[in-house]
Amino acid sequence: MSANLRGRISIVGVGLAGCGEAPGYSDLDLAAEAARRAVADAGLSMDEIDGLITASLETNMPVLSLAEYLGIQPAFFDGTGIGGSSFIGHLLPAAMALELGLCKAVLVAYGSTARTGRNRAAYAKARATLNEAPYEAPYRPFGTVSAYALAAARHMHLYGTRREHLARVAVDARAWAQLNPAAFSRDPLTIDDVLGARMISDPLTVRDCCLVTDGAGAYVLVRTERARDLSVQPVSVLGVGAACSHRNISSMPDVTVTAARESGARAFGMAGLTAADVDVLQLYDAFTINVLLFLEDLGFCRRGESGEFVMTGAIGPGGRLPVNTNGGGLSCVHPGMYGIFALIEAVEQLRGTAGARQVKDARIALAHGNGGFLSSQATAILGASGVL
Amino acid sequence: MAEAMSPDQQFAAFLREGRFMLQRCAIDGRHWFYPRVLCPHCGSSQFEWSQVSGDGTVYSTTIVRRKAEEGGDHNVALVDLDEGPRMMSRVDGIAPDAVKIGMRVRARIGGNAEAPLIVFIPAEAVS
Repeated sequence: MSANLRGRISIVGVGLAGCGEAPGYSDLDLAAEAARRAVADAGLSMDEIDGLITASLETNMPVLSLAEYLGIQPAFFDGTGIGGSSFIGHLLPAAMALELGLCKAVLVAYGSTARTGRNRAAYAKARATLNEAPYEAPYRPFGTVSAYALAAARHMHLYGTRREHLARVAVDARAWAQLNPAAFSRDPLTIDDVLGARMISDPLTVRDCCLVTDGAGAYVLVRTERARDLSVQPVSVLGVGAACSHRNISSMPDVTVTAARESGARAFGMAGLTAADVDVLQLYDAFTINVLLFLEDLGFCRRGESGEFVMTGAIGPGGRLPVNTNGGGLSCVHPGMYGIFALIEAVEQLRGTAGARQVKDARIALAHGNGGFLSSQATAILGASGVL
Repeated sequence: MAEAMSPDQQFAAFLREGRFMLQRCAIDGRHWFYPRVLCPHCGSSQFEWSQVSGDGTVYSTTIVRRKAEEGGDHNVALVDLDEGPRMMSRVDGIAPDAVKIGMRVRARIGGNAEAPLIVFIPAEAVS
């Protein structure tokens, strides 16, 4: 059944705005500017957008806010909010709506001023109140970091994974960022730098943790048969899958195995492809441990072997499995929910527009999003123009 | 709702009496945590409160690094209770970096009278 959606929709436009620092702008300003750029990139005009999907950690009822701001009255909308994986997961409702003819062009957009926003402290306080965790909060875990630290500690215990393995993920992300003029952090970074950085929640140092930046991203989807009529280089959505396993880390069945196993299997199943077919990966790296877990869960490494795998240099520039070619959430951009940036970088790679960081002959890309405390997972497999 | 107290209120009331009680499903016999109105394993709303052993095993552990004025470094652990459920807690009575995965621990009621809290100590420290 799900195979029916293989290749049926295509991404025809992408846009970024305000990545890094955008003082004075609101999250909606940035989302709208990214949206404007994505729609223009698709060769469409804003009044041709009749489907809108967004989610936010900062704005309540963000679909309404963004539609009003953009001056559109969409026939289809969705606001599924499952954390950072949302904007990859949004491919599913978008595909269904386009296939069913509920709308003709879907805009997915996200903006955040997590770095410079004047209400940053107020948002953090409000989120802690709204997302009450009465059976975790009294023990004072450090935000999301402690949850991922507990996963990392268990992976280290079971498989002999070492802090150096985690550090290598951050070092490779930085090496990619140095090839990307738009990346936020481009200073040299060594394994010793990561190991010697300030510890936040063992075994994760501040350099095992993503950036906190401003930023916005947007993309436009249409049915693939229509994409062929537009004067753009479409990227087809070959497969997409989503899965969730829990919300709070204490309810995660096994902290070393994420629901990416299910979301990945669903996406590969729809695409009719396997891990061996993928040329470039974008994996949601809120923390270094994420990359190790997702390499295993998505089938690129056997269980417990991801640490040794990254030490071979496989995921960095020149490696045999390029991962997070924009620099990722660790070194490029991370305004709270990173998924849309992973997807947009996958599109850039498949269009061949990634400049110095371009992976040669990239034809199949995987973009993977994560949300909450390893809670929600969404996987997309994309094909370059002509793959279908 | 038939019960006088919500599951959350009942759990806290037991703690204030010095008892560590969990809900146990009347249909499938399994315990669960945190307190809720239905069994997360089978969906049944039929349950009883049952006193648990308090014995458990550290499933994972981290040291949260904090400045001295914020109370200094402290442990946060995930503990698997012998009855099945997992909970976030901390292991008291030893240094945060001495808490190890696989360590046997035993529950104590910590916190204060207003807000009692389940914490653990190493099982070997129990006489």
